[in-house]
Amino acid sequence: MNYAYNVSHLLAGLMLVASFALLYQDRIFAVLNTFAAQAMLLAMSVGWEGWSQGRPNLYITAAIALILKGIVIPVALHRMIVRLGIHRDVEQVLNVGKTLLIGLALTALSLLLVLKVTAAAQNFTREGLALALAIILLGLLMMITRRNAVTQIVGFMSLENGLILAATGARGMPLVVEVSVAFSVLIALFVFAVFVFRIRERFDSVDIDALEQVRGDRK
Amino acid sequence: MSPEMATPLLAAIIGAIAIYGLAALLAGAIGGRALALVYPTAIAGAALAAGGDLAALVGQSDAMLQLPMGLPATGLHLRLDGLSAFFGLIVNVGVLAAAIYGLGLDREHGLNPRVEPFFALFAAAMNLVLIAADAFSFLFSWELMSLASWALVVARHDDADNRHAGHVYLVMAAMGTTALLFVFGGLAGIAGNYSFAAMREAHPSVTVVALVLTGTIVGAGSKAGLVPLHAWLPLAHPAAPSHVSALMSGVMTKVAIYGMIRIVFDLLGAPSWWWSLPFLLLGAASAVMGLLYAVLDRDLKRMLAYSTVENVGIISVGLGLALAFKSSGLDAAAAVATSAALLHSLNHSWFKSLLFLGAGAVLHGTGRRDFDGLGGLIHRLPVTAALWLVGVMSIAALPPFNGFVSEWLLFQAVLAGPQFPYPILRFLSPAVGAMLALAAALAAACFVRAYGTVFLGRPRSPAAAVAREANRPQLAAMGLLAVLCLFGGLFSVFTIALIQPLLVQYAGMPMASAGAGPTFFSLVAISAARSTYDAPIIALFLIVSGTVTTMAVHRLAARRTRRSAAWDCGFPDASPATQYTASSFAQPLRRVYGTAMFGSSERVDMPEPGDLRPARLDVRFVDYVWQGLHAAPAGMVLSLSEWLNRLQFLSIRRYLMLMFSALIVLLLIAAVWF
Repeated sequence: MNYAYNVSHLLAGLMLVASFALLYQDRIFAVLNTFAAQAMLLAMSVGWEGWSQGRPNLYITAAIALILKGIVIPVALHRMIVRLGIHRDVEQVLNVGKTLLIGLALTALSLLLVLKVTAAAQNFTREGLALALAIILLGLLMMITRRNAVTQIVGFMSLENGLILAATGARGMPLVVEVSVAFSVLIALFVFAVFVFRIRERFDSVDIDALEQVRGDRK
Repeated sequence: MSPEMATPLLAAIIGAIAIYGLAALLAGAIGGRALALVYPTAIAGAALAAGGDLAALVGQSDAMLQLPMGLPATGLHLRLDGLSAFFGLIVNVGVLAAAIYGLGLDREHGLNPRVEPFFALFAAAMNLVLIAADAFSFLFSWELMSLASWALVVARHDDADNRHAGHVYLVMAAMGTTALLFVFGGLAGIAGNYSFAAMREAHPSVTVVALVLTGTIVGAGSKAGLVPLHAWLPLAHPAAPSHVSALMSGVMTKVAIYGMIRIVFDLLGAPSWWWSLPFLLLGAASAVMGLLYAVLDRDLKRMLAYSTVENVGIISVGLGLALAFKSSGLDAAAAVATSAALLHSLNHSWFKSLLFLGAGAVLHGTGRRDFDGLGGLIHRLPVTAALWLVGVMSIAALPPFNGFVSEWLLFQAVLAGPQFPYPILRFLSPAVGAMLALAAALAAACFVRAYGTVFLGRPRSPAAAVAREANRPQLAAMGLLAVLCLFGGLFSVFTIALIQPLLVQYAGMPMASAGAGPTFFSLVAISAARSTYDAPIIALFLIVSGTVTTMAVHRLAARRTRRSAAWDCGFPDASPATQYTASSFAQPLRRVYGTAMFGSSERVDMPEPGDLRPARLDVRFVDYVWQGLHAAPAGMVLSLSEWLNRLQFLSIRRYLMLMFSALIVLLLIAAVWF
């Protein structure tokens, strides 16, 4: 049974690597591709969990992750970018080195915290949980460091990937919750998309700094 | 007397409260004509309540009543015991005098619908505080008292100073009540029974006692005006109409003292020696600081309010000494200290009310209350001048008036200080005594200055030159208080007899009873061999020696007629500006104490020879207490809120960053902690 955990740790670790890749990618299509890869890794991870834990309902989650996050959302975002005409470089607030260092620190923090807090829990799920927390924090970090609305959406989606990974790693999460989380993400995407287009209509840009100008309080 | 027998007396107090409340309600609802009825009704209520209190005090009664109101588990407890009755007497005599004075307002001025309803409500609330016997009703009536008096402070809100005073008062009152909330929370403990009877049974830990003492000092001390929580008092007391100022300064501060005694002497249990420290230190500081403020102030009513700070300090020192003696097992000295505190509460309520009513008469007659616009009023207001002199002599602690009795008792208590078993107290009591002596000397200087500037000399303004004497009800109110001051001074054995049961309860033993000294009327502190004070004999001596001196001077001096010189003793200019002013009288004291206490600085602007502009002398003061304890925290809160206000205008990414950093900080804490 031990290799079941090794495989799930491998997949989760690969997802974390994808998160790091998301942090420093500065071409918008590359960001999308990396995100799609992360989502597919998530689908594989969830599928693996379903097989190893003997919970067939996780296959549905895996399918949702694969279809929605691995295909539908990246394709939708891709088309959005084409329609917005913003396939140029993504600008970043912090430089890549600093961002990656902060990401490393966050990963260390989550490993430290989860391994310490859950010392009494089942041995092998702990690492999975730590990796999931790291992915969540990196997703948040990405949302902060990006100025472009589309890449912020990607950051949010990546964060949500981490959530699903954590949920499936722990036993006993009902299917209903996973399905509703998946759909809420889809709805969030629609809402984001509508907003991005409206922002674009008004300001000729999807740089969120443009939003602040309309409030008139930028100092 | 058993509780059943005493119930009618409690019913009389509740009836008086109902009368006050009815008057407030009618005046508030109807206004107009009904306003004129407030003062006669209040006189009836005050007479009823004062009678009830006196009967309860003489009969040593203790009446309780529990009503199914108030907090669900606790109910509404009312109790009229000796302490409540004694302070009830202070309150209701004060209300009586103020209401009689109010009758006079009625004829001369139009009545103010912002004053009369709240006057009655204020009187009702103060009585309610005194008979409340559970935390909820106590705090409720305490807050009612604060709000009613606040409404009186801002009655003339068209003046920006009054609005400022109202604001400061409201903040201080809210802070005080919050502190009292913690006091009762600590006293009730985890079990949470909020009746006073249950609190008496509890034995709080040292931490809780420290909390309760701190809360009492902040809560009741700020209401009483202890330094450094006094800042609202000289603003708010003069802002109200004069008869209300008399109530606030003379009476409401005593309700605050009652709160201190009730909590510290009654509810908290047997004292430890260190309980006395805050009372002694803050009391001594209040006594000296209050008078230094008073002696430098240029406003008649504000000067009186500052002098209240001093008197509250004296009472607080009395309470502190009582706690110290009681915890040291020196019950006889504790009885002297307690009686000094209680008697000074009573006496101060009389002479401070008298002085405020007199200030009201001056304000009424001249329209001014600044020393620089008064003077020579002894010719225009002779009766007021005579009655005010009684108040001045009482507050300056001159025999045979009542102020001397309580201060004498206090000094007797201070002189028993070397018996303390604790070195700190042995060291502290003479220091506090020295501060009190300084305060007593300053009080004399302060009131010589006040009386001389207001009533003697020549008028400093046209308004003062044509001032009118107060009308009859106003003079009657002052007369009543002046008679009480004289009575309390001459026959202090009776007032001591009145509070003997309280001394037994709170100090452990009574004072020597009447007749223990050389004559029936002599007051004995601790033992007749050590110290006695015989007021009637001293009064007789003063009268005889005074008469003899006057006659001798007249006989020796008025032998032959004299012609005065043409240049009139270097006094050729009749301008009132040449006479001593309040500021010039206080100048030596300002030079001595002002630099250290108030950072006062002088600047002389002397024109060059040939320049026609007048020379100027500017004196600047810094109120360190106001700056340190009021302005600085207020400024900090303001700048903090302005700084936090910037959080309202961040960019989306900054908000995300805030959330993110909060999360990271929490995770870090979790990582370090667990």
